[in-house]
Amino acid sequence: MSAAVLLRPVILTFGLLSLWQAVVWISGAPPYILPGPLAVGEVLIAKPALLLRHGAVTAAEIVMGLTLGALFGAISALTLSASRPARRWMMPVLVISQALPVFALAPMLTLWLGYGMASKVAMATLIIYFPVTSAFYDGLRRTEPGWLDLARTMGAGRFAVLRYVRLPAALPAFGSGLRVAAAVAPIGAVVGEWVGSSAGLGYLMLNANARMQVSTMFAALVVLAAFSLILFFVIDRGVKRLVRWQPDA
Amino acid sequence: MTLQAPGIRIDGASLRFGPLAVFDQLDLTVEGGRWTCLLGPSGVGKTSLLRLVAGLPAEGASVAGSVRADDGGGLQDRIAYMAQRDLLMPWASVLDNVLIGPRLRGALKGAARKTYRARAMELLDRVGLADRANAMPSELSGGMRQRTALARTLLEDRPIVLMDEPFSALDALSRYRLQDLAVELLGGRTVLLITHDPLEALRVADRVEVLFGTPARLAQPAITPTGPAPRATDGAEIVRLHQALLNRLAGGQAHPIPGREAAE
Repeated sequence: MSAAVLLRPVILTFGLLSLWQAVVWISGAPPYILPGPLAVGEVLIAKPALLLRHGAVTAAEIVMGLTLGALFGAISALTLSASRPARRWMMPVLVISQALPVFALAPMLTLWLGYGMASKVAMATLIIYFPVTSAFYDGLRRTEPGWLDLARTMGAGRFAVLRYVRLPAALPAFGSGLRVAAAVAPIGAVVGEWVGSSAGLGYLMLNANARMQVSTMFAALVVLAAFSLILFFVIDRGVKRLVRWQPDA
Repeated sequence: MTLQAPGIRIDGASLRFGPLAVFDQLDLTVEGGRWTCLLGPSGVGKTSLLRLVAGLPAEGASVAGSVRADDGGGLQDRIAYMAQRDLLMPWASVLDNVLIGPRLRGALKGAARKTYRARAMELLDRVGLADRANAMPSELSGGMRQRTALARTLLEDRPIVLMDEPFSALDALSRYRLQDLAVELLGGRTVLLITHDPLEALRVADRVEVLFGTPARLAQPAITPTGPAPRATDGAEIVRLHQALLNRLAGGQAHPIPGREAAE
């Protein structure tokens, strides 16, 4: 990696932070409307335990939601591609389910599953489920027909074709689904926390907002963004390893 | 391959897409243990005919007629199929690609695994790729990829080999070398090869059939170059047959083969 590649994110981060601080100075906005990066940094240093405790709750919700959503998505995609009746009956249900804004379900999930983590995990799972299912199913459906012909002339059974041809061929598509999922999972968890919760970064932000501790709110946001970025890069790396054979993965 | 490879008999084969008959009541006999080449203009139905023999589905078409081995045995389990594209799986190494047949049949386990691996390495050696066994397909040239596909076809060890323009995407030299290699390694098997290239057909085939018209028919009589394949393409007979074959491809049945009696 060249020095320029390493320096670019540093310069970018520093530049954005400077711009932020400049806006604060020039506009003269009071700290309870727009705290500067320095004020937010102070909170990060002053309250690491608080941010970490709430951050851990949100992170756990996101990771669990991602795991469950990816798992259910993968199972659904496999079922859809394996069975015609499943396609006929499940496809319309899936499409209709997407017409419902998932956020609108958040109050109901809290009502049914309580103020704890379960409702947030459910929310994240729901928001992840569809992109994973549709991407993976698409991949399974679009297997190169030549490979299927070859497998047929070789006397392969359905399961063998799935395991050795269609599944590996669909992994890049599954990977794209996972990437999208990693990007939207934090949204599900935080929205769930906003609707009703007793812990988590979303809870911390609402709480701080009500008390005009805007710099704490921003600090929570910074932690959330950092975690989301790390998650995305970890997933991205994992996907790239999984489909190393794909030149443009 | 010590057993006599069976021939293929196609009787009354018909294939139509709605009102369009690709071929209708077509008969073709492919001699056992010999190379038969099928030529014809694009879209005449060569690939459809090959897929019919291979037992592959023709999406949206209605199919009729019988395809069987001339020794009364089953056909589908004695066929290996090689397409124009190498169809290597990009996620598997060269060796694993050669072994895909037994893997798909669940036969790659226990003691058989070792035998298959040894056989695959031997075949890779014969196609000149022993040192690339662990390479990924993306690291290979087009010729190497098609040689891998040839090794994969040979590992299947089937008496009948169906090939759909397997060399057409290669550069001239790779094509030439691969023709030699295929003739050498597929000797004694029944080969049905589709090609666009009249010279390729005359180099490798014992019998050249031309498919023409709608619905497609076979030009009569078939062209049967003499001498063992692969033939040099500068011999007087090949030059003459090449011209005749081009005429026949351009004009269909209207052009008989000059200087040769209708032996069949």
